[in-house]
Amino acid sequence: MSIPAEATLSAAAATPATRANGDIAVVLDGVTKRFGKLTALDDVSLLVRRGELMTLLGPSGCGKTTLLNLVGGFLMPDSGEIAIDGQRMTDVPAYRREIGIMFQNYALFPHMNVAANVGYGLRMRRVAKAEIARRVAEALALIKLAGLEDRRPRQLSGGQQQRVALARALVIRPKVLLLDEPFSALDRNLRASMQVELKEIQRKLGVTTIFVTHDQSEALSLSDRIAVVAEGRIRQLGPPDEIYRRPVDRFVASFVGDVNVLRACLEGIDGAIATVALGAARVKVPSRTLQGAASGSIVDLFVRPEELRPAEHGMAVAADGIVAAQSYQGAHVDLYVDAPAALSGRVLLRVPRHEGMSLWRPGARIGIALAADEAIAFKPA
Amino acid sequence: MPRLPSQWRLRLLGGITVSAILGFLLLPALVVTLAAFNSRAILSFPPEAWSWRWFAKALAYEDFQAGFRNGLIVTGWASSIALVVGAAFALALDRYEFRFKRTLEAVLLSPLVVPHFTVGLGFLILAAQLGMARGYAVIVACHVVLVLPFVLRSVYISLRNLDPRLELAAASLGAPPHRVLTTVTLPLLVPGLVSGWLFAAILSFNEFTASLFVTVQRTQTLPVALYNYVREYADPSMAAISVMYIVVTATLLTLANVFFGLAKVLNVEHPR
Repeated sequence: MSIPAEATLSAAAATPATRANGDIAVVLDGVTKRFGKLTALDDVSLLVRRGELMTLLGPSGCGKTTLLNLVGGFLMPDSGEIAIDGQRMTDVPAYRREIGIMFQNYALFPHMNVAANVGYGLRMRRVAKAEIARRVAEALALIKLAGLEDRRPRQLSGGQQQRVALARALVIRPKVLLLDEPFSALDRNLRASMQVELKEIQRKLGVTTIFVTHDQSEALSLSDRIAVVAEGRIRQLGPPDEIYRRPVDRFVASFVGDVNVLRACLEGIDGAIATVALGAARVKVPSRTLQGAASGSIVDLFVRPEELRPAEHGMAVAADGIVAAQSYQGAHVDLYVDAPAALSGRVLLRVPRHEGMSLWRPGARIGIALAADEAIAFKPA
Repeated sequence: MPRLPSQWRLRLLGGITVSAILGFLLLPALVVTLAAFNSRAILSFPPEAWSWRWFAKALAYEDFQAGFRNGLIVTGWASSIALVVGAAFALALDRYEFRFKRTLEAVLLSPLVVPHFTVGLGFLILAAQLGMARGYAVIVACHVVLVLPFVLRSVYISLRNLDPRLELAAASLGAPPHRVLTTVTLPLLVPGLVSGWLFAAILSFNEFTASLFVTVQRTQTLPVALYNYVREYADPSMAAISVMYIVVTATLLTLANVFFGLAKVLNVEHPR
């Protein structure tokens, strides 16, 4: 598995000069962590820029939480180096790392009220009482919880508990903020508003943030950059748009966003562009992911549901199918189409609401066209 | 919907069974309580006339007073030592992986398997071999062994209920290990520690079999004093002691439950 250049830290990049570079907040250099026989992280290198929100996205058990725990100092790597703000942190314990962490269950101290929870880190730093009171009030104002200082965590709603946990982590002005699946315990509506709020606060404070999630839509909407993690390695690193539109391999393409896999034929490669034939349609895709594939060979074409549309008169039909089900989504309609060209036998189309419901009832024959050259092809697995 | 008659009968039968079991459990205490208020000088049931005189007599009896004092000394030391030792072992078993961990656990819980008279006899022989006088030290040591499993269990369960992320959060906020212990771990373990101590204290104060071996006239605890008394007399003052014992213990447990939520400690709430 090749890692894109950006994710790879060359020997030159690991010199102290680069570490002192003001743009980089967190350096992971060739980090490996094993649990018994299981290799949770395998030679992972990653640079997190100052002030950016970096998401570690991957399925459960992929190693993303281990990575977070290594940055937090809750685990020590078997090999490799970790630096924060230009300082080597590899064997520095958590309590001297100046990091803030928010857990999935928030981990508020149940025996302390809100003010004591938020002020805990300042008390550990032996900050003067008056200063603690001032900064706690400031933090509670930031997260809009002023007035709840005397409540115990169990008297707060899930959203309020999360705000307290965020304030507690931020009040110490951490060098890095670590978020471990922070939204998964919230209901859908609250989750969306908390995500927006977190993003706002993170921008405002400019705090470097590492965010762990298995939820790809959350990752796409919040991140400055996403590192897709699988089986202890970083598969792809880049901005959300790049991850979504230019996945480097089949795993990333299927894990991030909905995708259709269609069996197509490679017509030829011309430099960076390859031409793929699907039915009567011709699609231009990057040739980078097709290295070594011969002209005329079968390839798997990955197409997002919104890049497919019902073929109108005169359009090249890429595949034929029969509508199996409609799913009304409000803004658009998802059409599930049985099509032999699809690897799974079924294609998902995302079409506008007005035509989706009336025109394409179950049982209707449909010709599928490709909307733009937004597809990507891989050699068959 | 009207209930089926068979269902109704089943519920009645269930109610009767539960009442019968509860009655059976409480019967001894009930009989002794009634006997304690009997004005006649023999242990008889049911009483014919009511009186507080046996309470007065029991409280005034010197052997009982001494037994009570000895019992408090032994119980106080034994359950406190068992608490410290048990908490340390519970912490080790919960937090660390080491060789012979299962063996250690088995050894620590073994007094549950070894009969009390064996433990008592063992300490008697040991004390004799070492030429130790049968003073408080031997009784306390013996009781520590007997109550340790209960303390260990109670603290261990509280530790399992403690979310490790609370300690991680504290560490991330700048608390070094000893301050995590004093500001987060110990405060959250208080219910477990209190209930562990209380169980130990009740068991130790109650303990008779092993105590019989390791006490002498000067150091005998209350249960031993009661035994020696009943060998010579058979009046209801022992019943009166029993009633006082039940009232005091029930009060302690109720208070502990109100202040520390004992119920929480008796079960693992959310296994991790």
